[in-house]
Amino acid sequence: MDINFSAEDLAFRDEVRDFFATEFDTETAQQLSGVQTAEYKPAIVRWQKKLNAKGWIAPGWPKEYGGTGWSATQKFIYETERGAAGIPDVVPFGLKMVAPVIFTFGTEEQKARFLPRILASDDWWCQGYSEPGAGSDLAALTTSAEYAGDNYLVNGAKIWTTFAQYADWIFCLVRTTKDMRKQQGISFLLIDMKTPGITVKPIVTIDGKHSLNEVHFENVLVPRDNLIGEQDKGWTYAKALLAHERTGMAEVADSKRMLQTLKQRAAEEVNGGEAMINDPVFQLRLSDIEMELMALEYTELRVFASMAGGGMPGPESSLLKIKGTEISQAIHELQLQLAGSYGGALQGDMTAEDLGHDYAGEARGKYMYGRAATIYGGSNEVQRNVIAKAVLGL
Amino acid sequence: MNFEFTEEQTMIKDSVARFVRDQYDMDTRREIINSEEGFSRDFWNTFAELGWLSVPFAEEYGGFGGTVEDLAAVMEELGKGVVVEPYVSTVVMFGGLLAASTNSALKDAIIPAVIDGSCLGSFAFAERQSRYELADVATTAVAADGGYRLDGEKTVVINGGSANKFVVSARTSGSQFDHQGVSLFLVDAAADGVTVKSYKTMDGQRAATVTLANVVVAEDQLLNAVGEGLLLVDQVMPSMLMALSAEALGIISTLNTITVDYSKTRQQFGSPIGSFQVLQHRMVDMFMSCEQAKSMLYRSLCQANECAADDSVDTTEFMRSVHALKATMAKAGKQIGEEAIQLHGGIGLTDELNIGHFVKRLMTINVTLGDRDFHQKKFNQLSYSVS
Repeated sequence: MDINFSAEDLAFRDEVRDFFATEFDTETAQQLSGVQTAEYKPAIVRWQKKLNAKGWIAPGWPKEYGGTGWSATQKFIYETERGAAGIPDVVPFGLKMVAPVIFTFGTEEQKARFLPRILASDDWWCQGYSEPGAGSDLAALTTSAEYAGDNYLVNGAKIWTTFAQYADWIFCLVRTTKDMRKQQGISFLLIDMKTPGITVKPIVTIDGKHSLNEVHFENVLVPRDNLIGEQDKGWTYAKALLAHERTGMAEVADSKRMLQTLKQRAAEEVNGGEAMINDPVFQLRLSDIEMELMALEYTELRVFASMAGGGMPGPESSLLKIKGTEISQAIHELQLQLAGSYGGALQGDMTAEDLGHDYAGEARGKYMYGRAATIYGGSNEVQRNVIAKAVLGL
Repeated sequence: MNFEFTEEQTMIKDSVARFVRDQYDMDTRREIINSEEGFSRDFWNTFAELGWLSVPFAEEYGGFGGTVEDLAAVMEELGKGVVVEPYVSTVVMFGGLLAASTNSALKDAIIPAVIDGSCLGSFAFAERQSRYELADVATTAVAADGGYRLDGEKTVVINGGSANKFVVSARTSGSQFDHQGVSLFLVDAAADGVTVKSYKTMDGQRAATVTLANVVVAEDQLLNAVGEGLLLVDQVMPSMLMALSAEALGIISTLNTITVDYSKTRQQFGSPIGSFQVLQHRMVDMFMSCEQAKSMLYRSLCQANECAADDSVDTTEFMRSVHALKATMAKAGKQIGEEAIQLHGGIGLTDELNIGHFVKRLMTINVTLGDRDFHQKKFNQLSYSVS
């Protein structure tokens, strides 16, 4: 057993490392750290255009549509280096979510129309899946699309729509036929956000920020050309996409970097004159997390090795999502605990100097919004259902 | 990158698995435990014939090859059968120390006898006050007439009652807790002044209190340089911990399989209990803990190979992994063992069912060579601290 990479793969790793080190400057990092600020969208678009210019924006796409043509190993290295460098992932809704559906199930015309603009980050996409009455039970969705002439007439509401406030397009699951089994009769529809009848309402989350929204549709006319694949078959396409979404959720490299930061901060925070990292109780909390992460790193490598050997990411990818999100939440929790009583301070216009602390606000925000990680992408309870059925055969 | 065992390792792994499946059912095991010696000489000879006793030794000694990965392959399968034959004490610990010994005359004399099954051995390191601390050695070895005279008491000597030879840690210099000054002696169980009191342990194995009173040992029975015995132990300890962890992995994966299968057949409230979500999620948690523990073993094995291939590699990261492995395996073992009993319900408490026997072996493994807290503390010491 070994985790050795070939000389070619190591050379590739160095190339990726160098590129990130030179191109991801501190200004970009600063702008991307807060989703609420006005700089966020232009900054992430600028960064994604840089990646596109390098040809690295879409490692998951087939080469013919603008993918990198990388081996599974190279994709793995790229993701690991990205996380280790503290670089946020690309906004997934266009590049990682709708694009695979379009290039797998879309028409040639749809591919030509949408894919290049997704690659160039010229269109901002959002995801219209969840509804007020359809969360984990996604197939219970009721947003309707009635076929009329050459158009669909869409009515209903979507919720938890990340970055709908920035979006040019939304991809939606809509009900085109009633009175079928609930997974049937659902269609996959691409909708221009500028269409009359669409209203976006912000949802402020418990970190005090705004990334989520409600999206309401009132008699929205959508051209038939915007339907992906066959009418009433949308559930099949969406399920294929969900498997795509779950594989990238261990975020081991990101958690390793966060843990490193946590350790540095624990060496600086003192209690009674002693660094917190020397506190035996704190050390236990820290090592409970670190040991799980060390194991998860190798679980991810094992999944990756089977994929590199030609296998598909199996149901064990659900394990990566559950453990990965539990670990990142545990790190956030300990970070907030480390900030002590500063964790409750809303800094506002105060400087860190005046407040007396520098990372408490960030720690609180990450902890609060981080609760979402075990809910989105299929809640961890749903993931346990998946493993029970698919792996344990229950 | 590769997480597969080699062809040779797979062959020996399969041969252990076949033995456990075909010859080592729970009734057979129960008979063996209740026998006079507490293990089967016949099976021990089978192990010798199949080459399993040669695993920790290099090919020049007629061994299988001596990598810890070989050992892990065998141990995982022995775990699945909760095999009580003294493999850990004789092959993993006693054999592991012999293999690492720098005394070639001693190795030439003893290793063939371990491989052919005629010599059983055990590592006598613990004392009644020492808990898990190997350097806490009060047993003394005083130079006398071209040799040493050993005095003291060794406790919880695993399978000490059946051992022909012991590797005994005794202090030749320094004070009670010093790392330096401990020497390793090969001591014959039949030597004058050696008393062995054997008792049963809950995992179906045996242990012994070994008393040494004026035991004369020749100088050529030292395993390595005088006073540097713990350096040799430190060198072999990761393999011992990984081997025990591999055994634990075999046990927890078996417990998971048995429990999931049982939940599919046991009917309550008109349905198989495995159809209840509250139990499904607990079995998923058991599954995930097992996979995570397996990953930790593979992590340690990969890093062991890396360190073995290159002397200049800093071993801190490897040692962090090994301590994390033993702690993780203890945590997973406790969770999976307790859940396996709980999910079986009343039947899980019976001596007749195999579940409890797996659990008791896990509990024994946990307290062998340091429990979860001990290793987590070692991990913390290596990982965190600023001055």
